[in-house]
Amino acid sequence: MNPRLLIPLILFIFLVAFLAIGLSRDPREVPSPLIGKPAPNFEIGQLAEPQKMFSPESMKGRVWMLNVWASWCVACREEHPLLIEFSKTKTLPIIGLDYKDQRADAMTMLLREGNPYTLSAFDGNGRVGIDYGVYGVPETYVIDKAGVIRYKNIGPITPEILKEKISPLIAELNQS
Amino acid sequence: MRTFISTLLLIFACHGLMANEAAPLAEDPAVEQRLITISEEMRCLVCQNESLAGSRSDLANDLRAQIRTMIKAGKSNVEIRQYMVDRYGDFVLYRPPVKPTTWLLWLGPFTILLIGIIGLLMYLRQRNTSMDSKTLSDEENRRLDVLLNTVETEFKKDARP
Repeated sequence: MNPRLLIPLILFIFLVAFLAIGLSRDPREVPSPLIGKPAPNFEIGQLAEPQKMFSPESMKGRVWMLNVWASWCVACREEHPLLIEFSKTKTLPIIGLDYKDQRADAMTMLLREGNPYTLSAFDGNGRVGIDYGVYGVPETYVIDKAGVIRYKNIGPITPEILKEKISPLIAELNQS
Repeated sequence: MRTFISTLLLIFACHGLMANEAAPLAEDPAVEQRLITISEEMRCLVCQNESLAGSRSDLANDLRAQIRTMIKAGKSNVEIRQYMVDRYGDFVLYRPPVKPTTWLLWLGPFTILLIGIIGLLMYLRQRNTSMDSKTLSDEENRRLDVLLNTVETEFKKDARP
């Protein structure tokens, strides 16, 4: 058999491989330019106590997690039980960022379904969300002791992501 | 033909309407014009096949409002673009910058075209040379005569009434 006849076949296999890779990637997973950069600072009122402020500055020296959520967000509800379970392990403080929400709705959701958050900051107009490049809730950031974003998860955290990516990262960050 | 042209015109007219659909009720026309120019070059992160100018999603509204504020604050287009890229990455731009990670994107199609042209030229040249140089050897000539003779005798046999 003439080996040159194999060239179209090889090209075809290459093409199929490229397309397969392209199709299996999630177009919603936009790589965040914020990873490896300092977490944008802000100072906004908390959800439960609007007069009390929260700022990422106050978390310096600790590894923490920022979870962007909203009561109107279906995927957040999906993720909620896992966050509650995770918060019970007291691995790190989970700060909520209640994104473009109504205070009353958000409080009701936390009362009804449990509250995994150390505290939630209230970002009613989504201004902080823009600084964090939020475009699909829920989004979760892991921020290290120096205040640098080390990981971003778009969409609900799954048990696999928590076990394989987030937990090892937290352990590593806590050691340094 | 006339129907065809008027249909085309209608399509273009509608296209124009759609492109302006999400433009907010103009406050300052100059600001709005710049807003449209900037946001047409950007992708809406929520509905990824729409531009920021055309999207009705909540985030797109917020981002347009943000861009409008920045225009009013006297920021340049470059600064505004950088603001968006800082938050959402190059993905937000419809025209990604040329840099090592996007070389394949920018140069890939041309490379493939070039490979295709080279391949075609090589094939054509080879085909030409092979057609020119084909002369039969003595052995082949002898076999050809035999074959032709057989065909001729068979033909005569069949042609008999």
